[in-house]
Formats: sequence, structure tokens, C-alpha cells
Amino acid sequence: MLFIVSIAVFLIFFLLPRIGGATADDLASRYVGKTADAAQIHLMAEKLGFTDPLYVQYGRFLAGIFAGADYSTGPTTVHCPAPCLGYSFITQNPVLPDLLDRFPVTLSLAIGGAIVWLSFGVSAGVVSALRKGSLFDRTAMGIALAGVSLPIFFTGLLALNIFSYNLGWFPAGGSYTNFTDNPALWAYDLVLPWVTLAFLNAAAYARLTRAGMLETMGEDFIRTARAKGLPERTVVVRHGLRAALTPITTIFGLDIGILLGSSILTEHTYSLNGLGAYALQAITSNDLPKVLGVTILAATFVIVANLVVDILYVVIDPRVRI
Amino acid sequence: MTDLYEAPTQRHFLEVDDLRVHFNTDDGVVKSVDGLSFKLERGKTLGIVGESGSGKSVSSMALMGLQRYAKAKMSGEIWLDGEELLSADDEHVRSLRGKKMAMIFQDPLSAMHPFYTVGAQIIEAYRIHHKVTKAVARKHAIEMLDRVGIPQPNSRVDDYPHQFSGGMRQRAMIAMALSCDPELLIADEPTTALDVTVQAQILDLIKDLQQEFGSAVIIITHDLGVVAELADDILVMYAGRAVERGTAEDLFQSPEHPYTWGLLGSMPRFDKPPTDRLLPIKGTPPSLIKVPPGCPFNPRCDFQERVGSACMVERPDLEDNGVGHSVACDTPTTERQEIWTQELSPRLS
Repeated sequence: MLFIVSIAVFLIFFLLPRIGGATADDLASRYVGKTADAAQIHLMAEKLGFTDPLYVQYGRFLAGIFAGADYSTGPTTVHCPAPCLGYSFITQNPVLPDLLDRFPVTLSLAIGGAIVWLSFGVSAGVVSALRKGSLFDRTAMGIALAGVSLPIFFTGLLALNIFSYNLGWFPAGGSYTNFTDNPALWAYDLVLPWVTLAFLNAAAYARLTRAGMLETMGEDFIRTARAKGLPERTVVVRHGLRAALTPITTIFGLDIGILLGSSILTEHTYSLNGLGAYALQAITSNDLPKVLGVTILAATFVIVANLVVDILYVVIDPRVRI
Repeated sequence: MTDLYEAPTQRHFLEVDDLRVHFNTDDGVVKSVDGLSFKLERGKTLGIVGESGSGKSVSSMALMGLQRYAKAKMSGEIWLDGEELLSADDEHVRSLRGKKMAMIFQDPLSAMHPFYTVGAQIIEAYRIHHKVTKAVARKHAIEMLDRVGIPQPNSRVDDYPHQFSGGMRQRAMIAMALSCDPELLIADEPTTALDVTVQAQILDLIKDLQQEFGSAVIIITHDLGVVAELADDILVMYAGRAVERGTAEDLFQSPEHPYTWGLLGSMPRFDKPPTDRLLPIKGTPPSLIKVPPGCPFNPRCDFQERVGSACMVERPDLEDNGVGHSVACDTPTTERQEIWTQELSPRLS
């Protein structure tokens, strides 16, 4: 899987520009100053290896990931240790350390948001299913519909405006404290981004849980559980929800994988300096090595999350065998 | 004064009186059970027989108090060991469920939770009603599995339901139902989903265990062969009500209701040449929303013209003929007995 990802990413970033008509010199021109003349650019292209055949470039790209690579920036040579995801000539930095630097922000956002949306989404879904057609059900599903429909830059800005600027309950955008420095402040700073992110996702989980619960609560084994004399609460949670868990786990794995890769909208709305903001900045400044680095990292997260979900299936449903 | 100190009326162990279970639907009120009454003593087995949709399962669910979850409208009385259950609160009925009364279901695969081991499900059932540690409950679960004839119960206890065969699963269901020594066991079509050879084993098992535990058993089925094997008494249900009730012997030897005749005539027999046609009941069971006026069986009854218009008007009540055999039919008893002995019995035997 990761191998396929590496090929796909490589092709996108190295081959597509060529198909689009860019020459080796065009690519190299991104790495030199504006005043460089054609000869200098060509020299740079050769130095960076853009004139080599594609498979040589791919080999070098892979070698960089596994063994590290050396980049020469004119007079000096910079070593980018393995796993090397590339080197940005604009900021004169290897990409990976930058990524790792920003990862805690994205991780905090994703994990916290996930906890919020899982707890709200799933419990709303369960209650909705048990009281199908009730006022709670209709209200919750209405809110859920709003949740999936409204974009983050709308709900996020609205939340900031109300709870931060007007009421002053929570800090303005851009506040972030390291978890290791002060866990309480860390959580406090992130409440609004979490809730905003959760609002979008909880909606999907509520609907999914509701549908799953409506189905399982009609199953024969629920009748058996009641016939044993189990309290209704145990019937719902241990027997009903347990059986409805599989699809929720699947979607959750995918969402977490994607979210760890980057949550550009949320980070941008709240001015958080995570992977998403990094990717956005890299894209707008045409800094290809950075974009490539973020893409590989994001793809890796999605694949790993999927793998974890597949393994979890076995734990959740004993009928599944690897 | 005497009123206050009046001795409590002696009730039967299980007494169902004029039980009605109605469901409100968009199309109208479904009268699944509409005036069912019967009695059952400890150690005895009652077979409830009828077609699909005659209200057999719904009434057993009502006995267990499981209709409370289905938004059903219920009336009548259910007396179990001196306690009225329909008016009891949910929590009390829950505490009786599984302990005082237990149930075995039709399809043991869908009736067991696919994600928990067989052992875990029996342990759970036992620990609801007994404050014991998991280890003690596990020992009990293994004992129960052994009791119902599951080989190597020590290792099979940790298997999941899908790793059991159909017959083993039903044995495990029975082990689960009996784990708390229930005084009333309701078996709802316990053998319908099983092979014929396994059916016999399961019926034997239920019989043996009943003798061992001394519980009262209600066995619900559409298969007369099953009740012939197990039941002391038989109750034939049609359109939510009993149409005939009596000892198993009476019902097989001298059935008196046209519907019971129809059921007996529809039963394939080994001792007859395969060229003989069965005598099926014509038509289909009535809609429980629009039950026909009078005797609900009259549109399908072959003998209706002999009674005249009486059974078109009012639904006949169950009437005891004095020897514990009751029939709900307007045809005079003597004529019914004549029809059976002269016309039907020879064709069936």
C-alpha cells in the first residue's frame, strides 16, 4: 500500500508538471532567484536531477525516504536525514522536521474533536433511535442536517464571533498551548475548534448510529436479552449499541486518518499552526517539496488508520477472520 | 367482617384470563390476541397450536411482559404463582423474567448475540438474578451446557454462536433459559428451524429437563407432531382466541372443532399411501384487523351450513362439555361428535 502511495505521489508531483508542458528548466526555475538567467537555471536543473530519466528520479525519491539525501544549495551541501521527504529551497529547511513540529497541533485538534463528536454523535443517535419520531429525535436530526450542511468556515467564524469576541468565554483564534506545558489551558484553548469540528462530524455519526440502532433493536437477540431479564439500559448498550458499532468504527477510522493528515479549514479558521496551515501555505507559495511531504504523510495516516480499523474488526466482530 | 379475612382464592400456577393484545396501526387495530384464557399447573405441559398469525407468539410475549416494549394495548389478567402480571410495574416484571419465567425462541442463530460467546451469554443470564462472581457463574454455565448435552462443555463455553451447529445452538438456548431454574418455561416454536432428527432430540431434552426441574412448560407450535410428543393439554388458537382446549388424548382421539379437524387433516402421515391427498383447510387465516363477524372460522368452515346462521352472528364462547374438553362452536356437541366419528375419522385413519 505505502509503495503504491509513493508511486502515485511521485507521479503526481514529478510527471504531471511534465505532461502539463513544463520543462526541466521550468521546474528548476522555482528553486533559483528571479534574476537567474537561462544558463544558471539549466545548471540548477541538472544539479537537482530534473534532467534525469523518470525512474532515476523515482529511485532517488525513494532513496531519500529510506536513506536520506543531500541537497546542494550553491556553495554548501545540506544533508537531509532519513526519512527525507524533501527539502524546501524557499525556507532552506528539510520538510519532515517542519511537519513533525506542527503535528502536535493537528493531533490535538483531531483527537479532541473526535472525542467530542463521538460522544455527542453516538449518544444523540442512540436516544433518537430509542425515541423514534419524538421531539428529541426530530430536533436532533434537524441539527444533524444543519451540521453536515454548514461549512466549517461558517460555523467556526460564527462560534468565534459569539463565544470569543462577544461573550469572551473562550480565547480568540490563534491561541494554542502545548499539552505538555499546561493541559488545562491546552484544552481550554481548543474548545471552540473541537466543537466546530465535532459539529460537522457528530451529525454524520448521529445519523449513522440512529440507523444502526433502529436496525439492531429490532433483532431477535434483543428480545432474548430482554427475556433474560436484563435492565433496559444494559440491553441498549451491551446488546444493541455493541452490534451497531461496526459501521461507526469504519467511518471513524477513515475520518481520523484524513483529519490527522490535515484539517485545513479548521486550522485556517482558528489560525492554528498545524499541518493544514502548513499545507495551505506551501500550496500558495508553490513550494512543491512541502506539498509533497504533507501529501505523503496524510496518505500514510489514512492507510495506517484503515489498517487499524481492519484489525479492530476482528475484536468487534468475532465472525470476521483476518 | 368475613370479607377481610376471606381465604385467598386458590389460583392455578398460571392463569390467563381474557387476555387481549391489540396493536394500533395506520390500517386499524390489529387484534392479535382477543380474549384468550387458559390455566396451567406446575409440572404440566401445555401445547398451543395454530396457524401463523393466530396470536400464539404474541400471547407468549405478553406472558413474558415483552409486549411492553412493543406499544401494545393489553387487557385481561395474567396470574403467575398468585401474582397478577399485567398490572405489575415494569421493574418487577423484569425481575421475574429469566428467573421465574424463561423463554426459548424459534431461530437460535438470530436469537443469540453474534458478538458474545455462548458462555458469556449464559453467564450474563445467571448473574442478573444471582449475585455471584464471574468464576462461579462460569462454572454454572459449563454445568448447564453439560446438562443439555453439549460435548466438551469446558472448551465449547468459549465458542461463539456461529461456531455451533443449529441443534447445539438450540441446546445452548435451552441451557441459557434454564440457567436460573425457571418455574415457567415458554418454548416458542423451539424445533421449527431444526432438522427432523435434531427436532426429536430437542423435544426429548425439553421433556427430560421438565421432569428434572418440575417446571410448567408452554410449547407453541404449528406442528401437531410436536405437541403429540410433549403436551399434556392442548389449546388450539384461531384468530387470537382459543377454539378448542382439552387433554392431548381428547384432542387427538375426539377433536370437536372444525378447525382442529382441518389441522389434523392437513398432517402428512407415514402410515398412509403417498397417493392419498391431504385434507387441507380451504382459504387463508382472516385479517386480524377485520375479523369476520360471528365465528371467525365460518368463511373456511365446511360444516357451517349445518349450524345455520347462528355462527354468522355471534362469536361462540368456549364451552366445557363437562369432562375438561371445551369447544367454541355453535354446532351441538352430539352432532360434532357424530361428524367426527362417522365422516372424518374413517378418512383420516
